[in-house]
Amino acid sequence: MAIIKTKINTKSADFSANAEAMEAKVDDLKSTLVTINQGGGAKARERHISRGKLLPRERVQGLLDPGSPFLELSALAAHGVYDEEVPAAGIITGIGRVSGQECMVVANDATVKGGSYYPLTVKKHLRAQAIAAENNLPCVYLVDSGGANLPRQDDVFPDREHFGRIFFNQANMSARNIPQIAAVMGSCTAGGAYVPAMADESIIVKEQGTIFLAGPPLVKAATGEVVTAEELGGADVHSRISGVVDHLANNDHHALDLARKAVSRLNRTKPVNGDLKETVEPDYETKEIYGVVPADARKSYDVREIIARIVDGSDFDEFKTLYGTTLVCGFARIFGYPVGIVANNGILFGESAQKGAHFIELCAQRKIPLVFLQNITGFMVGKQYENDGIAKHGAKMVTAVATANVPKFTVLIGGSFGAGNYGMCGRAYDPRFMFMWPNARISVMGGEQAAGVLAQVTRDKHERDGNEWSAEDEAAFKQPIIDSYEHQGHPYYASARLWDDGVIDPADTRMVLGLSISASHNRVIEDTKFGVFRM
Amino acid sequence: MFTKILIANRGEIACRIIKTARVMGIATVAVYSDADCTALHVEMADEAVYIGPAPSNESYLVVDNLIQAAIDSGAQAIHPGYGFLSENAEFCRQCAAHNISFIGPPVEAILAMGSKSAAKTIMADAGVPLVPGYHGEDQSSNTLKLEANKIGYPVLLKAAAGGGGKGMRSVFSEAEFESALESAKREAISSFNDDIMLVEKYLLKPRHVEIQIFCDSHNNAVYLFERDCSVQRRHQKVIEEAPAPGITQTLRLQMGDAAIKAAQAINYEGAGTVEFLLDSKGNFFFMEMNTRLQVEHPVTEMITGQDLVEWQLIVSAGGHLPSSQSELKINGHAFEARIYAEDPDQDFLPSTGKLNLLQPPSESANVRVDTGVVEGDDVSIYYDPMISKLIVWDTDRDRALTRLANALSEYRISGLITNIGFLYNIATSNAFRAADVDTGFIEEHEEEIFRKREQDISYAAPLVTAAILKLRTQKALHDAHQSNEPNSPWHLTCSWGITQQQIKAQVQQAIIDGMPNPQTSLDKVTIVDEGASFDLFTPQGFFHCAEVQPDLGLDGQDLDSGSLKAPMNGTVVASFVNVGEHVSKGEVLMVMEAMKMEHAITAPSDGMVIEFYFRHGDLVDGGAELLAFEADNT
Repeated sequence: MAIIKTKINTKSADFSANAEAMEAKVDDLKSTLVTINQGGGAKARERHISRGKLLPRERVQGLLDPGSPFLELSALAAHGVYDEEVPAAGIITGIGRVSGQECMVVANDATVKGGSYYPLTVKKHLRAQAIAAENNLPCVYLVDSGGANLPRQDDVFPDREHFGRIFFNQANMSARNIPQIAAVMGSCTAGGAYVPAMADESIIVKEQGTIFLAGPPLVKAATGEVVTAEELGGADVHSRISGVVDHLANNDHHALDLARKAVSRLNRTKPVNGDLKETVEPDYETKEIYGVVPADARKSYDVREIIARIVDGSDFDEFKTLYGTTLVCGFARIFGYPVGIVANNGILFGESAQKGAHFIELCAQRKIPLVFLQNITGFMVGKQYENDGIAKHGAKMVTAVATANVPKFTVLIGGSFGAGNYGMCGRAYDPRFMFMWPNARISVMGGEQAAGVLAQVTRDKHERDGNEWSAEDEAAFKQPIIDSYEHQGHPYYASARLWDDGVIDPADTRMVLGLSISASHNRVIEDTKFGVFRM
Repeated sequence: MFTKILIANRGEIACRIIKTARVMGIATVAVYSDADCTALHVEMADEAVYIGPAPSNESYLVVDNLIQAAIDSGAQAIHPGYGFLSENAEFCRQCAAHNISFIGPPVEAILAMGSKSAAKTIMADAGVPLVPGYHGEDQSSNTLKLEANKIGYPVLLKAAAGGGGKGMRSVFSEAEFESALESAKREAISSFNDDIMLVEKYLLKPRHVEIQIFCDSHNNAVYLFERDCSVQRRHQKVIEEAPAPGITQTLRLQMGDAAIKAAQAINYEGAGTVEFLLDSKGNFFFMEMNTRLQVEHPVTEMITGQDLVEWQLIVSAGGHLPSSQSELKINGHAFEARIYAEDPDQDFLPSTGKLNLLQPPSESANVRVDTGVVEGDDVSIYYDPMISKLIVWDTDRDRALTRLANALSEYRISGLITNIGFLYNIATSNAFRAADVDTGFIEEHEEEIFRKREQDISYAAPLVTAAILKLRTQKALHDAHQSNEPNSPWHLTCSWGITQQQIKAQVQQAIIDGMPNPQTSLDKVTIVDEGASFDLFTPQGFFHCAEVQPDLGLDGQDLDSGSLKAPMNGTVVASFVNVGEHVSKGEVLMVMEAMKMEHAITAPSDGMVIEFYFRHGDLVDGGAELLAFEADNT
């Protein structure tokens, strides 16, 4: 037992100022999400409802066990990316419980551009499938989509990680007995037709769902045949004649009920990984994180104050407390699940990197999932450190992170810059889930530093050419770079492009981690085989 | 004293008698039919004798079988309980003929009280007050009016041949008399082809108050005070209490004296009950006398501290009454509620089935449960569907009533529909708490008792949504403990991460939509989960509720398949149509009988019966397909 005792005074002016700043960011996040959750606007929603269909979020809720949580993923996808708004990239993905079983739910939102697939829709769909595959979660697709977005076909259709990959994933997950269930609740055209066709079990809603490789207009253009959508690929056709679907539903509710029943018949049990304990709430409210994180991102603070507000009973058994102190490593539990926590507490030095590599080895050996709390400006630079071999020490940590075969969870709680991102399990290191706080920033280096580097290069050139370069000119040169880094490093920008799995309210961190960790336990933790550590 | 008695009855009363006999060191012999082989009374008795098939007219009502059982088992006396043969003079005679003591009154007393009109004559002669009336042959309107004036208004005009309220008029003044008489006669002629009229005193809001009396063979007689049994439905008592609320000591004395006079007029011995109607002015009138132990005798036992079955046994064996009148005192207040397998929302249709769960409130000095069934027993179609009697006692009426409501809310029965909620609603109604009772109580307060008023529904709505969430959470907790990771946050039920939708629920017959409010407290509410539905016992009444499931569009699909199921266990009485005959929607296809009530199976649409799966006289389990029906193609 090593209970973290907070040193934060929640009554202090600093605390309230910090909390206010974070609150503003969280409010902005929430109001942005409220708009996104509306989907394709009032008119499209009305048209959807008038057809007797449930809205996509109602469908998701109807599919899930009553009252059970929903870990929505990438809600900000496509936010501000295209000329037109494509809320949530026109597809809702997330993990929820269906008949007592954690499932990946993928639901098209037909109120957003007819549910057509933009490039980021494809990316989000594929990411959901990747999470399902990594965590061994059955997939339920609630299909209502016109298929690929034709004007953007070059970014949707041909490449490896494009539309075709969806069906490749379905086939390969099915092969690994990760069940694939599809309910066709609207159109399911062209490539989309393969979602139910490739599913293990499929359902279609009477007089509402249609499945065809080519819709009536294309058929007419191709062969001159005039045919209605219902005759071409209606529910009746596919349940009675073609056999493309297995179950005929009377309406959306019935389809969801049939999907729930299909999941209840999967004959799967969740494996138990390791030693579980009862859940103990932290000694401090998670929401106090608002006041802990300094409003000024350059100010440092003790990351243990965050850990104390996330882990069970604020109980944290630290490893190598006195060595490599800029990286905090230790054992804790979240909702009773054992975790190893790796958290930045300053810039990474050689010692901290070696300590991190050691700790990750321990967790991999013991099959303890890892949680990375990332707030890193990078590895230490300078002659002394390069001479001490910071590159090889950093490489040890990166090797350990890259090859550790335990579930990894990354939360960007502050900056994520440069090679620090690698060592702390950034996106490229395949964490099972990765979330960002609204105050986080991600880029190859800080905007100031990037502008400084570029300004230095430019100044050198000016000097070589014997030109004057005034301080005003330099400032004017640097500002757009700083602005651009600020813009592109913003969590919404990152999340819109699926660089993470979602921007979360820091107060939800414990819950989000708990749900993610529990979901990851659907897959048995395997042995780790590490790469060569450069000594 | 006897050393062995036979109990010619079943159920709770048989068990009740065995308990006292055991305390007195008397061996008991139970009797049983095919339906009761494993019944509680059989298990409790020292020995048991089989007396025939399940239908009571082939077992519990067969005098010869019972006498033979007594002879075979060597019982010296027979206790008849109530119902069955308890007021059967022939049975009483046969006992005497075989030298077996009948634990009850002499045969003459049974005979005297057996005919209601003859009983009234005896009572009139003995000076016991009767409802004033004119039953004469002179039917001139003048005579009738004069008689009415003599009786005093309001009066009731009744067709002598009448029934079902036809040809009946209440008249509140002389001015109304003639027109009322004319219309009553008109209706009587058209209904019964007979316009002979009776005139009786019309009692406003009468109460049913009865006096428990006891007599021995040594000319001693006492009354053990009164019971108020005004709360009735279809002439069946629902809740009884003792003492009767608001009765003065003077009135109690008068009624007690009248009851003893009535008993002595027929040389009564043993336990008896004299039933009176009591009007709002304190006038009481003889109704009838029951020559047996009453169902509701426990309330008298609770307030007097006496064991009436013990008294019966002592008196029957020739002993003296255990107490004199001056030794008997009223102590506190008692209620009895009859727990029935019946559906109050469906006109008290009896329900049958297995008592999957039977958890009565825990018994104490204040709470008594008289029952003849245990968990797992069937409530069959053959006998009275009473499950038990819940009796409570406390120092005063208010406290006893609170105890009654609490005990009812603790009663857990599942497997069949019961009247517990209905009883709870009576117990928690303002009118009953105010003791504002009369024999029309349930009709008068129907809206409040059935909790169907808008104000009741809006009171219950937030509790219902909160209860649904609570049940969800309980189920999730249960599932969590069953799972191999009870700690997982996926077990939570707070709709985390998703906009919580409105909950649609059914409360009584109303449908409500509501968002659960975290402020809603369920502290004073008892939730009884029944799987598909649940019951709420609240300070403001009982509510039967269910979460409304989404419409899966399955309506009418059952109809397509043409299945028609038996609504309950019962017997097929008749089929009304022929196979292949075209019928229209709503036409009666078949009639089933269960517990003396008929239930019609009607055509769900136009069409025809393809096949009947049961014939006249067949026994059918509830839920069984009765017939195949093919609907017309529209």
